[in-house]
Amino acid sequence: MSEWDSAEMMNVAAARELYDGDVCLVGVGPPNLAANLARHTHAPNCRLVYESGAIDAKPRRLPLSIGDDDLAATATAVVSVPEMFNFWVGAGRIDVGFLGAAQLDRFGNINTTVIGDHAHPKVRLPGAGGAPEIAAAARRVIVIVKQSPRTFVETVDFVSSVGYGPTGQEREAPGAGPTLVITDHGVLEPDPVTHELTMTRLHPGVTVEQAVAATGWTLKVADSIEEVPAPTEHELTVLRKLRDREPIDA
Amino acid sequence: MPSPVPLTDAVAEHVHDGDTVALEGFTHLIPFAAAHEIARQGRRHLTLVRMTPDLVYDQLIGLGVADKLVFSYGGNPGVGSLHRLRDAVENAWPHPLAVHEHSHAGLANAYSAGAARLPFAVLRGYRGTDLEQQRDIISRVTCPFTGEELAAVKAVNPDVTVIHAQLADRDGNVMLWGITGVQREAVLAADRAIVTVEEVVDEFPERTGAVILPSWVLAAVCVVPNGAWPSYAAGYSVRDNDFYQRWDAIARDRESFLAWAAENDLKESADV
Repeated sequence: MSEWDSAEMMNVAAARELYDGDVCLVGVGPPNLAANLARHTHAPNCRLVYESGAIDAKPRRLPLSIGDDDLAATATAVVSVPEMFNFWVGAGRIDVGFLGAAQLDRFGNINTTVIGDHAHPKVRLPGAGGAPEIAAAARRVIVIVKQSPRTFVETVDFVSSVGYGPTGQEREAPGAGPTLVITDHGVLEPDPVTHELTMTRLHPGVTVEQAVAATGWTLKVADSIEEVPAPTEHELTVLRKLRDREPIDA
Repeated sequence: MPSPVPLTDAVAEHVHDGDTVALEGFTHLIPFAAAHEIARQGRRHLTLVRMTPDLVYDQLIGLGVADKLVFSYGGNPGVGSLHRLRDAVENAWPHPLAVHEHSHAGLANAYSAGAARLPFAVLRGYRGTDLEQQRDIISRVTCPFTGEELAAVKAVNPDVTVIHAQLADRDGNVMLWGITGVQREAVLAADRAIVTVEEVVDEFPERTGAVILPSWVLAAVCVVPNGAWPSYAAGYSVRDNDFYQRWDAIARDRESFLAWAAENDLKESADV
């Protein structure tokens, strides 16, 4: 078995959460790697949708942006951005949305907008993009984010995309809300009643104490915590080819 | 008449100080050359509108062209921050920048409402987000049929929209294809539209999925080959990903940014 790092483990764990046949809305960064990894391993019929308008894109190598020509050239259909958000995302035709976060709270609320006050921010982040409606309408939402006390905060400075609301009970959106949070430490899932994110799985070699230390609130840990299986040789090979932008034989 | 005119003339005639200007392009066909011409002519106090501000708005904001930004995602995709945008918002350099901030769905619908000449659009979005605090652009309405409460987003109607496209014909009609983003909506929402194109042809090719903009909805068509660089025009050029990476270092501090601007004959606006 090759050596692997925690970022690779995070991407592999995320890819495994996609099922064959899923319609997946793919964003830049780790979601892009994870979705393409899934399509080239256990989920060859995973349908990749990019918010730029490409539906059923079959990229021949990892796209660098959500608007690469290869996505349009290999897609079943290319639609306008208003159509993408109204007819496909907003109307609930997306099974899985992957989101990132600059800050995340225990009820899955996401900040990608500002650190500090919105009018006079300490740090201006890119903003919401497609995430608020993906968070609202996708049947499953998977958040991929590295776990640290700076990211996993008691209260987010700005709600860019709603999870389960300030106390975990305010969600009114049509989709299910954040169903999984996948980090470089392991996997968190919302409690079925309180919706508080609970650490249910740890990556190989990660301890509960490390996960607790990487969380800015008092982390809830499941009674029986599972270990995520290590990446297989095949998963690592495909992941690295994707990352190096080599063409992949599907 | 929208027969080809020089870009300098089109910008001089149709883009004025204080205008609301949308330079659209969702990753593809971003009108960089036209943006640089706007900066060279020294326009000031613009309200810039765009879903994905990208490098071109980082440049215009750094040059002091804009007073306000209407947007939904202001990053360098896959690379990181837009440092000139951040410097303007965080430190008011070269001067303060007001922001109106949407989600992609919200701004796409705001353009669509603008194109339809409706006052607002309706969507099932924004709920539970702090973006709703901007009540002058995002509010709520109740469906008169079902009673459902929905988000309302104020229409966006730019004074002028600028886009890049692959082709114009001799009559000044325009054709674009590939990822067509929100360009049609942004053109139809505007009072005036300028289109730069790769080339002029006698007859358009047959092409599935192309967007055609008839000449009578356009104010001016200009022939500017490679006018989307470092973004791309499908069928003509590829995205210069290296420049997107390099921009991060150029824009990171004010000195290297100003040096880049000087090298490219782009000066700061007079009263920054």
